[in-house]
Amino acid sequence: MPDATAPGDVLLRGEGIVKWFPIKQGIFFKRTVGNIQAVDDVTLEVRRGETVGLVGETGCGKSTLARSVMRLYPLTAGKLTFDGADLSTLSRSEMRPYRRGMQMIFQDPYGSLNPRRRVGSIIGDPLAIHNIADGADRKKQVQELMEVVGLNPEHYNRFPAEFSGGQRQRIGVARALALRPKLIVCDEPVSALDVSIQAQIINLLEDLQGEFGLTYLFIAHDLAVVQHVSDRVAVMYLGKIVEVAEVKDLYSAPRHPYTTALLSASVVADPDKARTRDRIILSGDVPSPINPPSGCRFHTRCPKAQPVCSVEEPPLVQREGDSASHLTACHFPVAQGEKLASHKATILHAVEGFLAEAST
Amino acid sequence: MSLTTVQPVSSEVLPEEPAVKGIEGRTPLQLVFARLRTDRVAIASVVIILLIALIAIGAPIFAAITGHGPTDANVDTGTDINGQPLPPGSPGYLLGTDNLGRDILVRIAFGARISLLVGVLATAIATLFGVVMGLFAGYFGGWLDSILARIMDVVLSFPYVLFAIVLVSVFGSSIPLTILVIAFFSFAAIGRIVRGQALSQREKEYVEAAHSLGAGNLRIMFVDILPNLVAPVIVLATLLIPTAIIFEATLSFLGLGVVPPTPSWGNMLSDAETVGFQAWWFYIFPMFFLLITTLAFNLLGDAVRDALDPRTERIFAGRRKKAKVATA
Amino acid sequence: MIRFLIRRIVLGLITLWVIVTLVFFLYYARPGVDPARELAGRAVTPQLLKNLDKEYGFDKPVIVQYWNYLQRLEPWHFNLGTSNTDRLPVTQIIAEAVPIDISLAVGSAILWMALGISVGVLAARRPRSLWDRGATVFVLTGVSMPTFILGLLLLYVLYYLLTIHGVPIFPKPGSWTPFTQNPLEWAHDLILPWVTLALITAATYSRLTRSSLLETLGEDYIRTARAKGLSERRVVYRHALRSSLTPIITQFGIDLATVMGGAIITETIFGLPGLGQRVVQAIGVEDLPVVIGIVLVASFFVVAANIVVDALYAVLDPRVRVS
Repeated sequence: MPDATAPGDVLLRGEGIVKWFPIKQGIFFKRTVGNIQAVDDVTLEVRRGETVGLVGETGCGKSTLARSVMRLYPLTAGKLTFDGADLSTLSRSEMRPYRRGMQMIFQDPYGSLNPRRRVGSIIGDPLAIHNIADGADRKKQVQELMEVVGLNPEHYNRFPAEFSGGQRQRIGVARALALRPKLIVCDEPVSALDVSIQAQIINLLEDLQGEFGLTYLFIAHDLAVVQHVSDRVAVMYLGKIVEVAEVKDLYSAPRHPYTTALLSASVVADPDKARTRDRIILSGDVPSPINPPSGCRFHTRCPKAQPVCSVEEPPLVQREGDSASHLTACHFPVAQGEKLASHKATILHAVEGFLAEAST
Repeated sequence: MSLTTVQPVSSEVLPEEPAVKGIEGRTPLQLVFARLRTDRVAIASVVIILLIALIAIGAPIFAAITGHGPTDANVDTGTDINGQPLPPGSPGYLLGTDNLGRDILVRIAFGARISLLVGVLATAIATLFGVVMGLFAGYFGGWLDSILARIMDVVLSFPYVLFAIVLVSVFGSSIPLTILVIAFFSFAAIGRIVRGQALSQREKEYVEAAHSLGAGNLRIMFVDILPNLVAPVIVLATLLIPTAIIFEATLSFLGLGVVPPTPSWGNMLSDAETVGFQAWWFYIFPMFFLLITTLAFNLLGDAVRDALDPRTERIFAGRRKKAKVATA
Repeated sequence: MIRFLIRRIVLGLITLWVIVTLVFFLYYARPGVDPARELAGRAVTPQLLKNLDKEYGFDKPVIVQYWNYLQRLEPWHFNLGTSNTDRLPVTQIIAEAVPIDISLAVGSAILWMALGISVGVLAARRPRSLWDRGATVFVLTGVSMPTFILGLLLLYVLYYLLTIHGVPIFPKPGSWTPFTQNPLEWAHDLILPWVTLALITAATYSRLTRSSLLETLGEDYIRTARAKGLSERRVVYRHALRSSLTPIITQFGIDLATVMGGAIITETIFGLPGLGQRVVQAIGVEDLPVVIGIVLVASFFVVAANIVVDALYAVLDPRVRVS
């Protein structure tokens, strides 16, 4: 059962989180010649018991944000509060006790487990590090954990190499669960798995959330998966959050052009719908995070860009007609039913139309 | 919150699971032993090394049986009428004597002690320092890495034979000094490799996972990263031993390692030089023992390296099959 | 690239400086030792001691002595001191000895590269065949054998036994003819030392070539070349060998420099008056200026070789440049 506090209060809050990675150059004493602005002024809240999805393209900074929130990196700037405690500037040893409250599940089932350690040792590692249990007691707890995630506890002494990808992710989940954390940050936990296994792991995570009262920050690039698991979703682009809303609001009525483009690109099961829908194809590539565009970072690829977009950065606020939880960072949000123009799409449609005519 | 009250949540106990129960994973160590057991060359090397070790340990026994100490100059029984050394097969001297009438058999046995002691001890010290230095340098990076890596580079740049000679000549020859000198010039080789491995392991996700669990730096280095380094370190160390043995023999040959009258295979050979080529037994025995000792360690090192290399599994699988057929 | 070179050169200079400092403090500044006495070597008189004290400034504090020493080292002075045994400038002694080491180095280098690489290539082209097994035996023997033992063996068999039985093909140890005087005689005197060095070093190179070539041959682009239908010879010699040569070349530079700086054991056994033998003699009679001078020269060769080799590596392997 979850802790006896008011359900729905804020568990994790990041305000103005900034994480830059310096680029150094020089013969002997390296000077900082630039910065990779991976996460730039992000404000995000996660409430107790909910699942917040975080989506975006590769390189948008979601993994960096996840690790910054876990304080695996020191923050370049910003304030981070977890369960009432300010974690922004803590040192490694100061962070240690708080680690029991927040854990992480990693993307790579093959790399996130030490190949030279036995599975029982891996899962029991947190218990050893925080001196919670020893010897036979630890083994018992580890085996219980293994059962909970659906592994055979008799495989306690096996090595990770002897397990399949899905089973390894279960090991990772068991490891994250060992300390009974309040928050689990899932960094693309199913991206590296076969689709059929993905479903198993997602179901496992959902079941565990109910049983243990967990809160999830769920990072992925697969929009369908995120839609399934999340209560709220945040969309990231080039280090910034461009839109955040309840899941049904975001998927039915996206306001940011980027979100609209993302949704239009996802796979749709119905072939008729897929053929007739609008596919918004963004021009150009994602700009480099070392030198992000001025003003709104999306303006270089946005089909609705106006001069003001390259000058003034839009704030992440509630827009007219939206619910209070739906925030968008855009000067010209997409209206209901508005069709976005797309350069390539126009040509594509023209060609398609031409071919369709020619075949009749 | 106890888990025993909770039902296993995922009802699908996985179809991918193998049906056989209770197979425990084998550690790399166990795998290596299993493979080495099929490698006849490896077994032969181990046997040779054990024999030499026995000779070394039992050197006083040789002295007791023959009645000659390693440094006893038995002028009366050990040299012929003209004061010349006796050839092998002479009564009481199985391998002959040298120009001072000393029993070569006994000297060889005591020389084995020196070679093995210096070889193994110098390698052990070098490995210890190399691993620790490499681990710290590779894991922490930054200024610590710069300093340690520079030190290792500088040591590797020394013309080491020359420098070893200089050091020994300044401080005088002695066994402990020889061990230290050899260790000093060997640790950088191991350190460099370990550093490279530690650098690459540091980036792996399981290290990140360990951080996220709250593990301290020392724990990550020694509990997580070190087991992944054990394989190349063992190979390197095994191959370093013969280098150390050769190094000691060379130093002793030049008069700078183990000095007479204490016998070392190297200084026995330099004694031989003074006498000339007529007394062939001065040369052959120390040479022979030196060669088979270093050869055995090199063969073992190669065999261990093959055993640890997953790519050679085909060869070992074939051998195991043959062995099974043979014993069926 | 220039940045890279500058970095390596500065590091090399620092290395040399560390070596110089170490050697200096080892000899000149040991506590409880009278440096003048050391410098004077064996023939000591009170007058000599006093003169030496004045000349070398031993009456001054150690740091001043160190500074003077460094100053004298500078390339434009390049005074390495005078030998105590024969009162010759150290630079002259070195200049006389270096041709021997260079001759030794060049000759054996050609031999070991030819032998080592060809054996390695042969072994890699036919893995696990008889050739490969033979190569492995060759490698193991060479790696397990101390240089001086091979030298002694060769001398014993090829010089001693043959000469005794009336076939004096090989010269006795200690003969040396400069190249300028008589090239044939020069080579004749050097054959045994060359073969000794070459056989031992070739073992390492054939092992290196074999493993490097095998690794390259396993790469996908070689598979593509074969799939295209190229003959095996072309695949190996024109494609694979080129990329597998880089570690060999880097190793070669260092080995060559080490030999040039004085192959102590080989010279001692074969009686060649090169830097190696000179330094061992000098240590024996405690002729410190010579010792230090030769140590410096040898270190310089190795450090320079490291820099050249690193630069070469960067030229040959573009990946190094980018990093």
